[in-house]
Amino acid sequence: MISIFPSLLNGTVITLKLLVSSMFFGLLIGLLFAILRINKNPIINKFAYGYSYFFRGTPLLVQLYLIYYGLANIEFLRNSILWVIIREPYWCAIIAFSLNTGAYTSEILRSAFQTIKEGYIEAAKSLGVTKQITFFKIQIPIAIKQSLPAYGNEIILMLKGTSLASVITIMDLMGEARKVNVLTFKPFEAFITAGIIYLFLTFIIHNIVKYLEKIYGFQT
Amino acid sequence: MELLSFGDTGWGDELFFATLMTIAVSIAAMVIGFVFALIFTPLKLSKNKTLNIIGNCYTTIIRGVPELLVIYLLFFGGTGAAMYVASIFGYDGYIEINAFITGALAIGIISGAYSTEVFRGAILSIDKGQFEASKVLGLKKNIQFYKVILPQMLRLSIPNLSNVWQITLKDTSLISVTGLVEIMRQSYIAAGSTRDPLFFYSVAAVLYLILTFLSMKIINKLEVRYKKGF
Repeated sequence: MISIFPSLLNGTVITLKLLVSSMFFGLLIGLLFAILRINKNPIINKFAYGYSYFFRGTPLLVQLYLIYYGLANIEFLRNSILWVIIREPYWCAIIAFSLNTGAYTSEILRSAFQTIKEGYIEAAKSLGVTKQITFFKIQIPIAIKQSLPAYGNEIILMLKGTSLASVITIMDLMGEARKVNVLTFKPFEAFITAGIIYLFLTFIIHNIVKYLEKIYGFQT
Repeated sequence: MELLSFGDTGWGDELFFATLMTIAVSIAAMVIGFVFALIFTPLKLSKNKTLNIIGNCYTTIIRGVPELLVIYLLFFGGTGAAMYVASIFGYDGYIEINAFITGALAIGIISGAYSTEVFRGAILSIDKGQFEASKVLGLKKNIQFYKVILPQMLRLSIPNLSNVWQITLKDTSLISVTGLVEIMRQSYIAAGSTRDPLFFYSVAAVLYLILTFLSMKIINKLEVRYKKGF
């Protein structure tokens, strides 16, 4: 029981790395697409909607396989400089997770943008604040504040999602648990220990988000 | 396109049956989930502390660990447990539990946790007056539940249950790791034997999109129908 801990902890580090990097890129993608979604141009709008529809309507596993196995099929990509990135399962996982969480994040941020009271924007306008400053100093901070609870859920969903990295040979927490199971034929010990670590991580994320909500205050 | 033709040369018929399998597993999982939800929702709402803790443990643990973990635990652990039980009765051979049953059970346990939260929310949002009124009318506890609370609960839960359904549908792709031939597994096999993963995983993605799209349409119709009473 104790002997399996070191390998599981190594896996936990990889899981956290995957989580942090895909949340980071996912947030950037989400912000970009949320801005595109509230754009009035129907083509841009439809494009952003299509993106989020595709990534929310298909399982993460399909997306992961499409990127890991599928992209390697394109001759053009294999000869380009991008091959250095997409031949690594680690980077493929980060690309897939970022695109996936980006789609969900864009929905969360979009609804947050849309619930900002018109009055704030009108007040800024009447004070002569430029559109850009209104956006960065008023709309974005309020949107972030409002979307914190939903975003916290998204982080936890993504933590669970990173376990899929194990199917494309990445030795994350799930991958290590699988290895322990195969080596020792003790499925309960391996998976239950991994489960406890995942629960612990969920618990920590949950509490950090709760703390942030308290600091920034949930208000409309 | 000929890769998708029906018959011996194409993968069309295989993918078609795989899609049916995905639908079957999703429905089975959803039904199993309802059974779990109907057991655990009363526990979560109960005033008894112990029962309450049991209910909370179920939803917290299942929603806090990866879906894949639950599947592996049931798949590998289930076989081990079955063989252990069989060895007590003197059978020492290898037992393999049906992948459909383990898959549907695993996804069912997961969707049950989400459904429990949905039902709990729905019951809590039913007007207090409804409970009081049915009590005043002298309805027995179980009649009160079946005739007054349950219909309203179901109606209030439809929008959120549609989310649970979407999650369940997508989660079934994870069962492919246990070897059950649904959309994901079939595309994996097809991609392996034709060496064209890009094409087959795109087909899989499109199939899932069609399934989510169609189920959205059906659920929207249901929602309109059940809103009539309000």
